[in-house]
Amino acid sequence: MLRLVISRLASLAITLLCVSLAIFLILEVLPGDPAAIMLGTSAREDTLAALRQEMGLDQPALLRYLDWIGGLLHGDLGQSITYKMPVSTLVAERMNVTLPLSLLAILISTALALPLGVAAAAKRDGLVDRAVLVFSQMGVAVPNFWIGLLFILFFSTWLGWFPAGGFPGWSAGFWPAFQALLLPAVALALPQAAVLTRVTRSATLEVIGADFVRTARAKGVDKGATLRRHVVPNALIPVTTILGLQLSFFFGGAILVENVFNLPGLGRLAYQALNQRDLVVIKDIVLIFSGLVIVVNFLVDIGYTILDPRLRSRA
Amino acid sequence: MSKRFLAAALLLSVSALPALAAQTSLVVGMPIEPPGLDPTIAAPVAIREVTLANLYEGLVRIDRNGKVQPLLAESWEISPDGLTYTFRLQEGVKFHDGSTFDSTDVKFAFDRARDPKSTNAQKQIFAPIDSIETPDPATVVIKLKETSGNFLTYLGWGDAVIVAPETAAGNAANPVGTGPFKFKSWTRGDRVELIKNPDYWQKDKVKLENVTFRFISDSQAQVAAVRAGDVDAFPNLAAPELFAEFQKDSRFKAVAGNTEGETVAGLNSAKKPFDDVRVRRALMHAIDRKALIEGAYSGFGTPIGSFFSPNNPAYVDTTSVIPYDPAKAKALLAEAGHGNGLSITIKTPQMAYASRSAELMSAMFAEVGVELKIIPTEFPAKWIEEVFKAKDYDVTIVSHTEPLDIDIFARDNYYFNYKNDKFKALIADAAKTTDEKARFAKYAEAQKILAEDVPALFLFQLPKLGVWNAKVQGMWENSPIPINDVTEVSWTE
Repeated sequence: MLRLVISRLASLAITLLCVSLAIFLILEVLPGDPAAIMLGTSAREDTLAALRQEMGLDQPALLRYLDWIGGLLHGDLGQSITYKMPVSTLVAERMNVTLPLSLLAILISTALALPLGVAAAAKRDGLVDRAVLVFSQMGVAVPNFWIGLLFILFFSTWLGWFPAGGFPGWSAGFWPAFQALLLPAVALALPQAAVLTRVTRSATLEVIGADFVRTARAKGVDKGATLRRHVVPNALIPVTTILGLQLSFFFGGAILVENVFNLPGLGRLAYQALNQRDLVVIKDIVLIFSGLVIVVNFLVDIGYTILDPRLRSRA
Repeated sequence: MSKRFLAAALLLSVSALPALAAQTSLVVGMPIEPPGLDPTIAAPVAIREVTLANLYEGLVRIDRNGKVQPLLAESWEISPDGLTYTFRLQEGVKFHDGSTFDSTDVKFAFDRARDPKSTNAQKQIFAPIDSIETPDPATVVIKLKETSGNFLTYLGWGDAVIVAPETAAGNAANPVGTGPFKFKSWTRGDRVELIKNPDYWQKDKVKLENVTFRFISDSQAQVAAVRAGDVDAFPNLAAPELFAEFQKDSRFKAVAGNTEGETVAGLNSAKKPFDDVRVRRALMHAIDRKALIEGAYSGFGTPIGSFFSPNNPAYVDTTSVIPYDPAKAKALLAEAGHGNGLSITIKTPQMAYASRSAELMSAMFAEVGVELKIIPTEFPAKWIEEVFKAKDYDVTIVSHTEPLDIDIFARDNYYFNYKNDKFKALIADAAKTTDEKARFAKYAEAQKILAEDVPALFLFQLPKLGVWNAKVQGMWENSPIPINDVTEVSWTE
């Protein structure tokens, strides 16, 4: 078990290093001069040169890469070239929105998908199963930002139950902040819940058809207990894999949903930074997103060994 | 019984009135968040729209009609040769950090802006300055190397606001000015909050206690926020197709004014076939400006025939110089040797007005035998790289939002690749002319030259679609410079 963790940690570090290099190189070839963007279409050449120097853009690429990585190792994310403040402060501010938003969405998605999927599989082709199929079909087909727009029209403009986007900040109290996050979280969760429901249903069906389940039933274990004790724990393994993969969708999807709901999260910061060619901010955020996905996959890997005792003995 | 009830009801409603009249906070919506809050180190319009006149003040201010008015300078004298400006400053003015404003701050602010290391986006407006003297705390004497007809106007721009030496370096994140409002907080990505400056030198003018600028980029979300009452005023709504609904709704005041944004389709005059003025004129003849505005901006926006804002007192209407005339367009193209058709491209930014205009132009050009292929080009990054710097394009389209920027057609190496020595001399001459009437006449002539020479297809002035609660008073209908001045905004009962 320990050896597994150590080898996974080593590959995690190497992956992160490769990712950082890839991000840096891609941004190097991306067209766009941040100085010209800041100074607009009527600035003079000498003014542009002065700003480029102030931004450190006149340094050679290798030096800038080492500078960045060196800073990261010290926990210094650098200074945003548009906001003129430490990126770490910016990211921390935005995490206060994106992290609760993603976690809430994962919670909603899992809370919807697991019971629905198991219930649908328990009575195949029954009424619940058909309803679940329709729901998951629609959920997969409809993109999250569109659901978001419909929610705003219905719940905010028409019913007036929720604010039409924006975020009052946690300082405004838990309830107003939670209210601002609920609609976007549901919009973010629904498409993922649809996928997860389908996976849960088919995984459960597969296990229900397995020999050991028939044996358990033949030995006289009642239907509910078989489901709880034998079927669901085994079905959870493929479901965990999908959930792990989905976490990256939650962070990525946050970019779209945060824009529709005008939430000051990490996703919208990334979008704005890209428009402004705030290279320092883009580099850091992409690395943070990639880092999150890599770490989550690491945790999922470790999670398997806990869920599936067979993997433990093999390692 | 019923009389007594009525009296009680009246009493109740009267006692409820003061609570209603106490409305002193205003939420203003903006489509774009400013990158930093210092207008003296970066160009974006959004910086000025939050800070100018609200947080920072200049020696003069530009009023809602585009006229120069005294502000931190209570009066000034210009020497007969037009080279020496003597400003008499307001006394008793304090910066938000409590320090006193005086002539040394003015000298510091302007010296900082014209320094070789300065990143002021409009550095050229300080170029005529030779020296700045401060004989006493309330007097500033600015000597110019050459006369500058628009010098006072420039001093009203965001690029020329007065900042203090102790705080200037931190202004982008923590702005300190002399304005009617102080900076309270900035929740990045969402809002900037300002609070009334209790020590403001003209505090009787200010009715609002709190002003919040909220940033909402999606046009549907903007409309939803105004309708839901989350935002009290949206001075520049990005949803022209929904604007007419606000005009019909008595709860709101909806005004279509003008911005300083001339929307033009630049032609690469150094490149064939655009080096031939007949081709440029033919393309202008092919465009029905009214239909274009209808399609691109739901009919809001003023047609322009040259590169000057209708807000400006020196504006002349040149839209009839090269009117919509497809037959003439065809004839001119044939004369220039393109009778069998022409195939050109347009690099189009993603902004709705630009991509819609490009599609309409493509249809209009097809009528006269010109094929216009649209190449989507991300603004600002890719557009600046390819069009603005490398000048690698046939036709492009963008709105130029800087005020009084006709001189860009006189610049060498600007992306239009336009060269006209007569025009260049005229613009240089106009810039130096201090007599207003003579200067306006020169600008009028310059506008006519551009209208005839068509270095760009002049389309329309970007409108300012403002919507606000009908009870909000004092919002600006036009923006003669990029600004959201809320100094004198108030709520009626």
